[in-house]
Amino acid sequence: MSRILEIRDVEVTFEVGPLMRRRSILGVAGVSFDLHSGETFAIVGESGSGKTTLACAINGLQGISAGSIRFDEHRIDTLGARSMKPLRRRMSMMFQDPVGSLSPRMKVGNLIAEPFRIHGIVDKNPSVEVPRLLSLVGLTPEFADRYPHQLSGGQARRVGVARAIALDPDLIIADEPTAGLDVSVQGEVLNLLNDLRERLGLAMIIITHNLHVVHHVADRMAVMYLGRFVEVGDTDEIFRAPRHPYTAALLSANPEPDPDKARDRIALPAEVPSLLARPAGCEFHSRCPWVAARCMSEVPEFVQSETRKVACHTPLEPGARPPELEVTQ
Amino acid sequence: MTVLSIKDLNVTFSTEGGRLHALKDVSFDVPERRIVGVVGESGCGKSTLINAILGLLADNGRVDAGSITFEGEDLTRLGPARMQELRGQRISTVFQDPMGALNPVLSVGRQMRNIQYRSGRSRSEKDARSEAMLRQVRIPDAQAALARYPHEFSGGMRQRVAIAMALMMRPALLIADEPTTALDATLEVATIELLRELQQDIACSVLFISHHLGVIAELCDDVVVMYAGEVVERGTTRQVFHTPRHPYARRLLECDPARQSGRTRHLPTIPGEIPDLRQRPPGCVFATRCDQRVDACDKVPPDVAVETGHVARCVLAEAR
Repeated sequence: MSRILEIRDVEVTFEVGPLMRRRSILGVAGVSFDLHSGETFAIVGESGSGKTTLACAINGLQGISAGSIRFDEHRIDTLGARSMKPLRRRMSMMFQDPVGSLSPRMKVGNLIAEPFRIHGIVDKNPSVEVPRLLSLVGLTPEFADRYPHQLSGGQARRVGVARAIALDPDLIIADEPTAGLDVSVQGEVLNLLNDLRERLGLAMIIITHNLHVVHHVADRMAVMYLGRFVEVGDTDEIFRAPRHPYTAALLSANPEPDPDKARDRIALPAEVPSLLARPAGCEFHSRCPWVAARCMSEVPEFVQSETRKVACHTPLEPGARPPELEVTQ
Repeated sequence: MTVLSIKDLNVTFSTEGGRLHALKDVSFDVPERRIVGVVGESGCGKSTLINAILGLLADNGRVDAGSITFEGEDLTRLGPARMQELRGQRISTVFQDPMGALNPVLSVGRQMRNIQYRSGRSRSEKDARSEAMLRQVRIPDAQAALARYPHEFSGGMRQRVAIAMALMMRPALLIADEPTTALDATLEVATIELLRELQQDIACSVLFISHHLGVIAELCDDVVVMYAGEVVERGTTRQVFHTPRHPYARRLLECDPARQSGRTRHLPTIPGEIPDLRQRPPGCVFATRCDQRVDACDKVPPDVAVETGHVARCVLAEAR
């Protein structure tokens, strides 16, 4: 597998506050990872943890303030809009709101042909490409004449997928591809993305807060907290034995569709720190059930094994329970 | 005792392509002190149902038949003034996006004081109650929080402020429309635990709308499964989740990725689409997608009581 994306120590800062008291906050605070072709990488974390900002930074919609982003060995974070354009056709983005990301005044056929127009591709005939792409995502050619408001959420999502794969990209970044979709449609969209990944050899980044989805689709995953990766590794392994306390709490909190399931939860205080006042030391210490004295002053380095990286002073052993036994049933 | 009782409710919208039958013969009860979950795909009529209860249907919509009885009054027959009195006082709501429910230019304390405009209390009494309510939803430093504006709270806290406001007047019924969808799993669990605690404290009933089956299983006492504007199955959460009798409810539960114990690359789905609600099929509305279809499905399916409180709108529910 060849490496398609190399992210190193990426930071994104935002300026906030009134003019005279302007402060900068770190939306993404030093993120590194690699992605190989044919691989699916999931980024999970709560809203506001920086997932979407990171996605926008990768495809150049958001400037970065430190670090580097390499796409297929090209350094892309320093490129201007003009030199970025030929590379951008090789990476596409699916935004959160399936209907909102389609222009309401264009028909589906035009929406799908738009990428060809934008990138000045003349050797492909839209009247051939549009039906081909529609059938790839499981829609009939008649859909080309519909407007976005005439589509259901699942159909709009499929049109979004058709647009995303129109130019044969090497990388798709899908931001909450199933948010707002019901479980049956959600399955269809994920199956579709997965089939396409296998058939076209795409690399994929999926951003979501649905852990069940991550478990089924992602090869590797990262857990994000306050703009940092706190744990990165093989999805199966992380689900089997999370090593960062936040990951462990997230996985234990995952509600399951069984009213009689015994729930053995790791309770966390619900106070998420503000990005304006990041806690000292380990930034998770204010919510961590395992907190120790050094967590409050020393920033943890990544503890690295072959398949896992954990930013914690004392990574959990498999099946670890919180010391105070604050378990909610 | 039943707080809310919906009987044979039919709601239609006039659209360019003809009348759209958004709710068809919807019946279910919300008993006192119970949390009733409503599940279904987007477009199945969940929002229409809420709007019909609140008397907030769009101008092109109307209740064609049926009744919505709330504390002895039929809400479909009440005038706007009486509805206005009930909303926010006896029936209150929490929505998915708390920022949309909070006024960005008023402090939280001011908004909470405004909600109590009918109480006849003094300003300081109102503020004391607001503070107590914020403390109850575990907002740290509640007194100082009253002076803050919605944007100064995090997403999870905002939702808790919205819940505090909704429960301020101790309503008989709280309608919660996907209140945890925007939160991560740890905050989602904390929010539903808080909701249950408050519901018991205030002794109100909750109508909880969600398409997250895990949250419904965890929080709700009863479940109503909707499909294409019809209630296809209802019962206690255990009845519906353990022994679903309508094929749609069964398929929906099977499709939840959380139900796949082994890791799979290919998730189950329900093939087909929801029928056009302007041209409802004469028989069962799920028949076109059903894997157990029989000839009798061409006729209007009966509501079959398979057990006490467990009803499925399917001809096959009887035979089994």
